[in-house]
Amino acid sequence: MIVLEIMSWILLLSGSFFVVVSGVGVLRLPDVYSRMHAAGLTDTLGTALILAGLMLQAGISLVVIKLGLIGIVLFFTGPTSTYALANACLGGGIKPISTDGTSIDLNHDVAEDRSSTGS
Amino acid sequence: MMFAVASVAVFFAMGMLLIRVFLGPTVYDRILAVNSFGTKTMLIIALMGFLNGRPEFLDIAILYALINSVATIAVLKFFRFGSLGGSVNVPPIDEPTS
Repeated sequence: MIVLEIMSWILLLSGSFFVVVSGVGVLRLPDVYSRMHAAGLTDTLGTALILAGLMLQAGISLVVIKLGLIGIVLFFTGPTSTYALANACLGGGIKPISTDGTSIDLNHDVAEDRSSTGS
Repeated sequence: MMFAVASVAVFFAMGMLLIRVFLGPTVYDRILAVNSFGTKTMLIIALMGFLNGRPEFLDIAILYALINSVATIAVLKFFRFGSLGGSVNVPPIDEPTS
């Protein structure tokens, strides 16, 4: 039992860490695409770790199946809504920013650059 | 005790997301933050169920997860096409010629 408690503590604490990092990232990152990246942290690691920690606490019962069902639902709906959001952002004309703070021109031909440098 | 610690962490992240909802320069930032907020609402319902010793709350958490994804897609469609139903901006499909 003490092993289960320790495992549950570890899983819940690491899940909480990822959830907090995701919240800070959504607040602090510069544009919507990087914020999307931060929000995806909750959808994958944060939720999975916290649900696994709860599963260890629940024991063998119907609760474990319900927690697994929540995990499966989030596993499919999280990437779907993130994809739809990114698609809507591109369709709405929002450009991603580069590291020096300027917008990236999406119509810029990357293949042309690559062939002109001869690599 | 461990559920309380995780709940505090999730509440902290929810506060950060609420600030982003109010600040967000574009509508997509707000939609992103609200979507993430919904995921964390589901987590907090599950954690509260365990904290109170009533894991039956998980049914409500499943419901919130489903509603959250449908709401995100619906709001995105509304902002993209200006309408939720019908064929407002969609060109008509050609009739098959037999």
